[in-house]
Amino acid sequence: MATKRPEPVQVVKQRRDAALAALLASIPYIQFLGIQFDRRGDELTAVMPYHEKLVGNPMLPALHGGATAAFLEVAAVIELGWTGLWKSVETGTLTPEAIAQGDLIKIPKTIDFSVDYLRSGLPRDAYARARVNRSGRRYASVYVEAWQDNRSRIFAQATGHFLMPDSDVKA
Amino acid sequence: MAINKTALAKQFSEAIPHAKGFGMWLDDIGQGTAEMEMPYNEKFIGDPATGVIHGGAVFALLDGCCGAAVMSHPDQKGLTATIDLRVDYMRPATPGQNIRAKATCYNVTRNVAFVRAVALDDNDDKPVATAAGAFVTGA
Repeated sequence: MATKRPEPVQVVKQRRDAALAALLASIPYIQFLGIQFDRRGDELTAVMPYHEKLVGNPMLPALHGGATAAFLEVAAVIELGWTGLWKSVETGTLTPEAIAQGDLIKIPKTIDFSVDYLRSGLPRDAYARARVNRSGRRYASVYVEAWQDNRSRIFAQATGHFLMPDSDVKA
Repeated sequence: MAINKTALAKQFSEAIPHAKGFGMWLDDIGQGTAEMEMPYNEKFIGDPATGVIHGGAVFALLDGCCGAAVMSHPDQKGLTATIDLRVDYMRPATPGQNIRAKATCYNVTRNVAFVRAVALDDNDDKPVATAAGAFVTGA
């Protein structure tokens, strides 16, 4: 009686990437800011390539605080959505075909978002990683930090609270 | 002097590439107060199921408006930068409606300016979001 053979790596990768792509494609604002995501296993890194339209102070120049905040919020929401999706992607409950059909992904809603601007954002690519510190049935608390050239020099950090999609009761 | 500062704040806010990308404009500027507006745009949608714009776009408008309020304050010299900003999302913005932000810089110290703001759509009574933040003075 042999144990079940592990799935071929490309099948696993394809399913994970399809799930992530579907999650990202569901939010037009992500495309507007040009944010991409790097996936290593279940770890996500948000990448916001530098673009002129992200500039807030043309004299320095520095990234706009709003662009930085939006980048952090996108990184936080996607991390939260991804964490929620991960189990069903791994168990195969969520197939690439089902993902392609759409309508399966519900996005958490932001309750509040608080940003600390630690340094001015340089005209460079920015990276962010988020950590879900608490994920309950109704609420989640997410911490996110962003850096540019040096991983240890964080230029902005934020904490946000989110309403989980399934607990979405009409007020 | 006050006129120059008003011109500076207006010019600065509208020369910001990121504000231009959003199509934001300044409606009014006073002595430590500012009003900015942003049109509804499908590119800013955060939840396609409802057409509601992303919180990040509202955040950007509030941040810009708070910055303009700081620069318009009589005690502020020149430009500013955000130290921190917290936004509370009260309800989804109604799709298709412009978002307006009203900010008040209610205290300025030697190094820090304190600002509050609200974001509204066509309904003046129930805010879409509120914000509170600290900004650098005399940057």
